[in-house]
Amino acid sequence: MDKRPYDNKAWLLVLPVFLIVAISAIIPLMTVVNYSVQDVLGPFQRVFVGTEWFEQVLNDDRLHGAFLRQLIFSGCVLLIQIPLGIAVALTMPVKGWQSSLCLVLVALPLLIPWNVVGTIWQLYARPDIGLAGVAVNSLGIPYNYTSSAFDAWLTVLIMDVWHWTPLVILLCYAGLRSIPEAFYQAAKIDGASAWAVFRYIQLPKMRRVLTIAILLRFMDSFMIYTEPFVLTGGGPGNATTFLSQFLAQIAVGQFDLGPAAAFSLIYFLVILLLSWIFYTYITHTDREDAR
Amino acid sequence: MARIELRGLAHSYSTHPKGDADYALKRMDHVWHDGGAYALLGPSGCGKTTLLNIISGLVIPSEGQVLFDGLDVTRLPPQQRNIAQVFQFPVIYDTMSVFDNLAFPLRNRRVAETEVRARVEEVADMLELTGELGRRARGLTADAKQKISLGRGLVRSDVAAILFDEPLTVIDPQLKWLLRRKLKQIHERFQLSLIYVTHDQNEALTFAQQVVVMSEGSVMQLGTPQELFERPAHTFVGYFIGSPGMNFLPCRYEGGAAMVDNQRIPLAKSVLDHAPHRGVPLEIGIRPEHLRIGANPVNGALPAEIAMVEDLGNFKIVTARLGRHMLKAKLPEDDAVPGDHGWLTFPPDRTRLYADGRLVA
Repeated sequence: MDKRPYDNKAWLLVLPVFLIVAISAIIPLMTVVNYSVQDVLGPFQRVFVGTEWFEQVLNDDRLHGAFLRQLIFSGCVLLIQIPLGIAVALTMPVKGWQSSLCLVLVALPLLIPWNVVGTIWQLYARPDIGLAGVAVNSLGIPYNYTSSAFDAWLTVLIMDVWHWTPLVILLCYAGLRSIPEAFYQAAKIDGASAWAVFRYIQLPKMRRVLTIAILLRFMDSFMIYTEPFVLTGGGPGNATTFLSQFLAQIAVGQFDLGPAAAFSLIYFLVILLLSWIFYTYITHTDREDAR
Repeated sequence: MARIELRGLAHSYSTHPKGDADYALKRMDHVWHDGGAYALLGPSGCGKTTLLNIISGLVIPSEGQVLFDGLDVTRLPPQQRNIAQVFQFPVIYDTMSVFDNLAFPLRNRRVAETEVRARVEEVADMLELTGELGRRARGLTADAKQKISLGRGLVRSDVAAILFDEPLTVIDPQLKWLLRRKLKQIHERFQLSLIYVTHDQNEALTFAQQVVVMSEGSVMQLGTPQELFERPAHTFVGYFIGSPGMNFLPCRYEGGAAMVDNQRIPLAKSVLDHAPHRGVPLEIGIRPEHLRIGANPVNGALPAEIAMVEDLGNFKIVTARLGRHMLKAKLPEDDAVPGDHGWLTFPPDRTRLYADGRLVA
């Protein structure tokens, strides 16, 4: 038998962390877990239902639709914002007051709350009174985000690009600035073309910031809620009903707490899983390269 | 291969330079010979990197011309001059293999792939990189990366000069020696002009045939390592080159000798022939290696106190006090050092006279 004396005081030092994690993460999450396996009939009446809510949610056609739309939306966001962000960062001035001015201008959209962005574009793109909406229509291009699914998608995408490409730009700009001047000088002496400089110096050196940019933009766009909600409330029809919106519909709209809780957990796990796959893929190829 | 000529060259980083102080590089005229190994030596901020970048074309000088073999290249971009440059920190293309790194300058110039292969293999063989050709360049050690940087210059058959900007800064000491020897071999084999910027005098003196000592944007002296040691043209060179640096004592000039606080130090005849003007501050300079210290008074020796003796293994550095001046002498390990008092001898052929900082005769 081990006769060594135990000093349990160490637990006191760990305790605050446990408390903080419990209050900030575990307890709220467990509430959701709690709801996801029970049918709550009244304040003190509940029945354990096992995985029923999970099965119900997973077999819901509306969820499949929302999930597919969500994947396409996040894909579009990444395909537009990452190349655009890189391109803008490459053309930004490097020094002097011009560079400070550009940084401030670029950062401005990031300071605007989601809700306000939605409202701005909702008004700006209105076909009857909005500047952009009226202008596009007067060019002879029919545009109405409340009736056309394509127009609604386009508006939400433009909104997101306008709001969040600046984040990608700033990250890329920081990545570009960290490249020592000698690399450009050596490339010049080696007779490299502008494309070769981009392909073999700038892009590889931006790899880390791009990983962060893709991860952030993916997670964020996967959780988009406010903008389509403000614009059309997820319409026309279900055209811009993404996962968050769908969740809000069952939780708040229909007050189906059980399925909503089950779906919350699934949603959370999906984001976690996709981010994890993506992250390990990037860091893995990073390590391969080092070999 | 090229003879590099600098004509009335000066450079200022400010657009409207007002005085001398605004110039990173003060007006200079030099001709550097084809196939020579030159070192630009000087403390940080003396303008040596600026000069190097002007030669490579990364910086366009605000005044004057740069000529390669008589051809004005002052305004040509780097890729149109036949030069290669190795930087302080290794520059490699991370995502490429070692082979592709070495092939990069050739492929950019649309050289046929069979020739690219032949050249790369030849250079890799010389730099002992053959075994690494297939590897990703980013996983290599700093010295291998620096060899790749050098190799990218060597693969080009049109290269006239290779410029080095403190290339051994990030290399381990024991590898520095190997890499420096490699450079010498390459220089002997290809007879390329090499220009090497450094603030390390050992590096400059062992590497170069000609050393250009710079300070505050001016060239203080251009000479062989031996000339810099024997006859420093300026007190700065005397002090900067050598370890410890040259001893300097303020003096007066009187009756064919230097007078330091009324003590007579004889000078060589060649100095006496160029007797300096009156009213110019004078100093005598002597290398610690040349100053002799004896225990007994010999003819013309000056009495001094021995302040300190440092034993550095294979030699000793003795600090002696002559009146109010401190002097250092470097003695062989086996030489006896007198106790508290000694007698200093200044060999006339080794004692230099400086007027206003410049060597007399």
